[in-house]
Amino acid sequence: MAEKISNKSVLFNPFSKDNPVLVQILGICSVLAVTVKLEPAIVMGLSVIAVLAFSNVIISLIRTTIPTNIRIIVQLVVVAGLVVMVSQFLEAYAYAVSKQLSVFISLIITNCILMGRLEAFAMANRPWPSFLDGVGNGIGYSIILVIVAFFRELLGSGTLLGYQVVPDAAYEAGYVNNGLMILPPMALIVVACIIWVHRSFNKDLQDK
Amino acid sequence: MENLNLFIRSIFIDNMIFAYFLGMCSFIAVSKNVKTAFGLGVAVTFMLTITLPINYLLNRYVLSTGALSWLGAEFADIDLSFLSLILFIAVIASMTQLVEMAVEKYAPALYSSLGIFLPLIAVNCAILGGSLFMQQRGFGSVWTAVCAGSGWGIGWLLAITAVAAVRERIAQYANIPGPLRGVGITFIITALMGIAFMSFLGIKI
Repeated sequence: MAEKISNKSVLFNPFSKDNPVLVQILGICSVLAVTVKLEPAIVMGLSVIAVLAFSNVIISLIRTTIPTNIRIIVQLVVVAGLVVMVSQFLEAYAYAVSKQLSVFISLIITNCILMGRLEAFAMANRPWPSFLDGVGNGIGYSIILVIVAFFRELLGSGTLLGYQVVPDAAYEAGYVNNGLMILPPMALIVVACIIWVHRSFNKDLQDK
Repeated sequence: MENLNLFIRSIFIDNMIFAYFLGMCSFIAVSKNVKTAFGLGVAVTFMLTITLPINYLLNRYVLSTGALSWLGAEFADIDLSFLSLILFIAVIASMTQLVEMAVEKYAPALYSSLGIFLPLIAVNCAILGGSLFMQQRGFGSVWTAVCAGSGWGIGWLLAITAVAAVRERIAQYANIPGPLRGVGITFIITALMGIAFMSFLGIKI
């Protein structure tokens, strides 16, 4: 990072202009897998924000002492430690949700957002901006997660956070939930639509 | 016979990309042309085939409840499974380092075209995901682990090569709306292929 970037832009850029999912294409796997229902998506988003912020701070604190050859292993160990803490916490206090998320909490370790941000930002910046960067990217990721989960749960099961929102009258009139929305491939299409909308507002992000 | 079934299931039905969406990041980023995609696919297959049996042995003889009983009776009820994440990822990261060095030595062209994505195999979710599925489903033997690992790897290879081939053609001949170019259309191609792959679900083997 040659130029000085203000803390504010570090925090807010990832929301839209530099969004980790839409622009940096990081952490797609979990966006697709955990977004069938809104609730696990929110839990997943919060877990990622926590892990990302703290691993960014820790790596940034020890960035000058890590030998470059083994930095990936060091980063992975730090992240793995944090993820184990989060997953034990969820098993203790939110067992049902952690069952739904199954391996995907553990897979936060290999969520590319983490490695991407650690490599690109925390290795080169001081702890406080790194913390903001972690929070910003975590929130940017969660926004997408929540949008995708919102549409998939609304159209796929007619509920939001488990409460029915599509009125019974609609079902009696012949409305049917779109079962396709629950299936994994539709997550890809929803993300593609979000990218479409996002890029038509941000012309400079378009290819060619 | 059972292992052969598992192998085929892992390629088509439990496909890493189309059924679980694991390893999407490098999948999206590297599927621009068939040659690089194939190279990465081979690397991922190789890693899955190696790390799954190693992690199986770790899980069987070190991590799960009672696994340490070969050390003596007093170790019989120790459960170290909370360490499994850290050990699995350490195995994967060190294997990646080895593969990286091997590729750099013997295939420098592939090395430069894979670029950043070679070290990122360590954080390719497909590989850690494979190990975690192995632990969750309680595989019976090393051979089962090898068959599932290579099956998942080949499934991944198949998926990335197919999508890369479609992308290559589309970039040449199709007039895609500007905002969808590149990443957007790749998502849609993958989704359509995923729907096609779901037709394998009905097959009982």
